[in-house]
Amino acid sequence: MSGVDKAKIASQFIAYLPHAKALDMRIEEVGDGVAIISMPYSAKLVGDARTGVIHGGAVSALMDTCGGAAVMSHPDAPGGTATIDLRIDYMRAATPEQRITARAECHHITRNVAFVRAVAMDEDTARPVAMATGAFTVERPEGAKQ
Amino acid sequence: MSRGKPEPMQAVKQRRDAALRALVEGVPYIQFLGVTVDRRGDELTAVLAFDEKLIGNPVLPAIHGGVTAAFLEVTAQIEVSWAMLWDDLETGQIDPRTLTQETLPRLPKTIDFTVDYLRSGLPRDAYARARVTRSGRRYATVFVEAWQDNRSRPFAQATVHFLMPTRDR
Repeated sequence: MSGVDKAKIASQFIAYLPHAKALDMRIEEVGDGVAIISMPYSAKLVGDARTGVIHGGAVSALMDTCGGAAVMSHPDAPGGTATIDLRIDYMRAATPEQRITARAECHHITRNVAFVRAVAMDEDTARPVAMATGAFTVERPEGAKQ
Repeated sequence: MSRGKPEPMQAVKQRRDAALRALVEGVPYIQFLGVTVDRRGDELTAVLAFDEKLIGNPVLPAIHGGVTAAFLEVTAQIEVSWAMLWDDLETGQIDPRTLTQETLPRLPKTIDFTVDYLRSGLPRDAYARARVTRSGRRYATVFVEAWQDNRSRPFAQATVHFLMPTRDR
């Protein structure tokens, strides 16, 4: 499968996820093991009513989705993926009313495991909101040779 | 040693439930996920009511990993806040009847969060309990796990570090 097809599949797959739709996620770019996905600010995602800052959980959901898309779009990925583990560092509160954009990169992939780094930013791209590292499974389509 | 007459049960329940309600209902994101909290004494169990919008992989189908992470994080945050609130509540320093978003103590902030996915989340309700491993003046460490059918077969677990809110009193 070509890189372009893979990017298309990953992008269609993400668009099809009910929770990604619930958070109104938008694919900005996907291909070659890199995915960029953004999510608008929404009052329903607020974690601190006094400040209007988005809850870390919503940022986690964005980072996880973005990490999965990065793995699926990697040239060596044979198919789907699932998160094994994810560590997220919250460096600062995201600014209310601003769109959050995550960029994930699958920087290494073996037969069974894909390793991912990700960063989430609001409009101030010089100061990341959160960073993540994760390990993902490498799923082969059924019937495929191991 | 003498002690006062125990409070009427209803007064105790009302006080604790009102405080818990203020804590949980004050966070829009918790409402969005559809998380509620059961209480037995000071022990809390968070419940994630299944909903179609929580699905990540529609083919399996399975709960979105991000939802699982958020559920664990929310549970840990409620637990550590609840532990922080409990003493003030029981000694009468906080009156739950007057608790609003403005008077509720600030919530602890997540510093970092590590989640392990153990099996896929099935399209049904999930439960989670958290344990505050260590709570200090500035930092707290919380372990949390979530399960569905069997308590002994968690589908995800996480360790969360929190920055505790500064206390003026």
